[in-house]
Amino acid sequence: MTPEWRDAVVQLAYLTASVLFIFSLKWMNSPASARRGVWAGVWAMVLGVGGTLLNPAVAVSSLPWIALAVMVGGLIGVPLSKVPLTAVPQRTALSHAFGGLAAGLVGTAKYYLWIHEGGQSLTAFRTFAICAEVILGFLTFTGSLMAAGKLQEILPGRPITYRGQLVINFLTLGGAIACAIGLIINPQWTFLFPILIILALAFGVMLIIPIGGADMPTVIALLNSYAGLSAVAMGFVLDNTLLIIAGALDGSSGLILSIIMCKAMNRSFSNVLFGAFGSVQEDAGGAAGQTVKSASPEEAAEIMEQADEVVIVPGYGMAVAQAQHRVRELYDQLTKRGIKVKFAIHPVAGRMPGHMNVLLAEADIPYDDLVEMDEINPEMPQVDVVLVLGANDVVNPAAKNNPKSPIHGMPIIEADRAKTVLAVKRSMKPGFAGIDNELYTMDKTLMVFGDAKAVVGDMAKALAGDSGMH
Amino acid sequence: MIAPILAAAEPAGLSAYIPLIFVFILATFIGLDVIRNVSRLLHTPLMSLTNAISAIVIVGAILVAGHEGSADQPWWINVLGFVAIAAASVNIVSGFLITNRMLKMFKSRKPEDKS
Repeated sequence: MTPEWRDAVVQLAYLTASVLFIFSLKWMNSPASARRGVWAGVWAMVLGVGGTLLNPAVAVSSLPWIALAVMVGGLIGVPLSKVPLTAVPQRTALSHAFGGLAAGLVGTAKYYLWIHEGGQSLTAFRTFAICAEVILGFLTFTGSLMAAGKLQEILPGRPITYRGQLVINFLTLGGAIACAIGLIINPQWTFLFPILIILALAFGVMLIIPIGGADMPTVIALLNSYAGLSAVAMGFVLDNTLLIIAGALDGSSGLILSIIMCKAMNRSFSNVLFGAFGSVQEDAGGAAGQTVKSASPEEAAEIMEQADEVVIVPGYGMAVAQAQHRVRELYDQLTKRGIKVKFAIHPVAGRMPGHMNVLLAEADIPYDDLVEMDEINPEMPQVDVVLVLGANDVVNPAAKNNPKSPIHGMPIIEADRAKTVLAVKRSMKPGFAGIDNELYTMDKTLMVFGDAKAVVGDMAKALAGDSGMH
Repeated sequence: MIAPILAAAEPAGLSAYIPLIFVFILATFIGLDVIRNVSRLLHTPLMSLTNAISAIVIVGAILVAGHEGSADQPWWINVLGFVAIAAASVNIVSGFLITNRMLKMFKSRKPEDKS
């Protein structure tokens, strides 16, 4: 093959890969076509990698080593794809870390390679792109590791704050940017580059320390966006359109998801990133000291049996207790009696966007019965029973009624408007945001205390035993 | 009007990048539009899929790892590339596999469902 032909083939492969990546995401618009989207992505990746291997700049002698590195990565990747679905948030965070690391390393290697070659290739724009790639890559690396650690509960999930935190964070990021400006002015000031890397790594850690578990969905989405943007920067460094397009798709995906998450909490980006949640809870309304009514799982089952329509509101508690399969049993028992069962999904329920949907899908609950917050709220007054399952802040009426509440203004699933509320909870301890929930003290509310898995299992059993007698 | 800007940007090497900036901006618009239409049910698989897609950085990693420079080129530069290839491969393999695994679970209610 002549070099011109080879180049044309490479570019054609990249072009096809770019189009396939776009289709891959486009087909995610419905569960019916989504698996086709995965295949489009796989083929795009094959074309991208294959095209690159054809590039004459890749030394033939390095091919065995490249294959070895791919195999090592694959060996780590396969077990990572088999984690239980409750661990998907930490898996996602961990893979953002890998993505960030790869981008940071490539940027670093490129810089030293060009310095070694005399530095003529390091134009101001290229140096800018390298610095952006390295800062974004390494801060995504450590930030995602921190997020994964918090989600896996290796690190404390509560926000960690200290005096002057904001100033120190800004100084760290500012220092990294100052190093970048220095390098753009003179790429030969090589002493700045390691400092830039260290500051970026440190900033990633400091960015995530003050963020609590309830804000993780937003943060994971944001890190997703950073990982994409570092790929874009790499594309500019390497003059590679495929990297720019794939990175831009990834970056915009993370951006949109974080906007959806922010809206669902009625908070701004800066508030999520810099306003550690949970540190404000002086006056959250005086629900404390009020009495609550409680019921046994069997009594709760009886109440649901009388209903025409039951709406289940799942939350992080369901994920923690791994209760989704018991929920399926309950769902079966209720639908068998002709009771309509729906699941009301709040966008920030759980620890990552879409977390609840995946867990319920795993338990074989048809997705037609998963409804969004905006869809279910108008129907709420007609609903006989709402079963709140390990959710707390997303059903807290204080978000509507109490202007002093830290979550005031956050859209909620209006469980309080249903005829009867059953709330499964381990104890009366407040939820993640540390806010009292007046839903639990309402007249129509019955608390069912216990582990979500055990309680829902007992409910299903009570219904099953009951039907056996008739 | 554009000409003086380009002239000013020339020493910085910016003008050569204008076409790439076009690509970036247009791809971002496509991305925003496509992602906005993704079913909310599928936001978790979407994240694992974009994880896998962003592992396209493996292209850059291969170019760095496979770079054959002069004999005195520091050896560790290529090593960084190999580590980056491994890191990106983790995401490619685990990202596509887990997305597929999750998507297989999403089932519609069959019309002949007993109820």
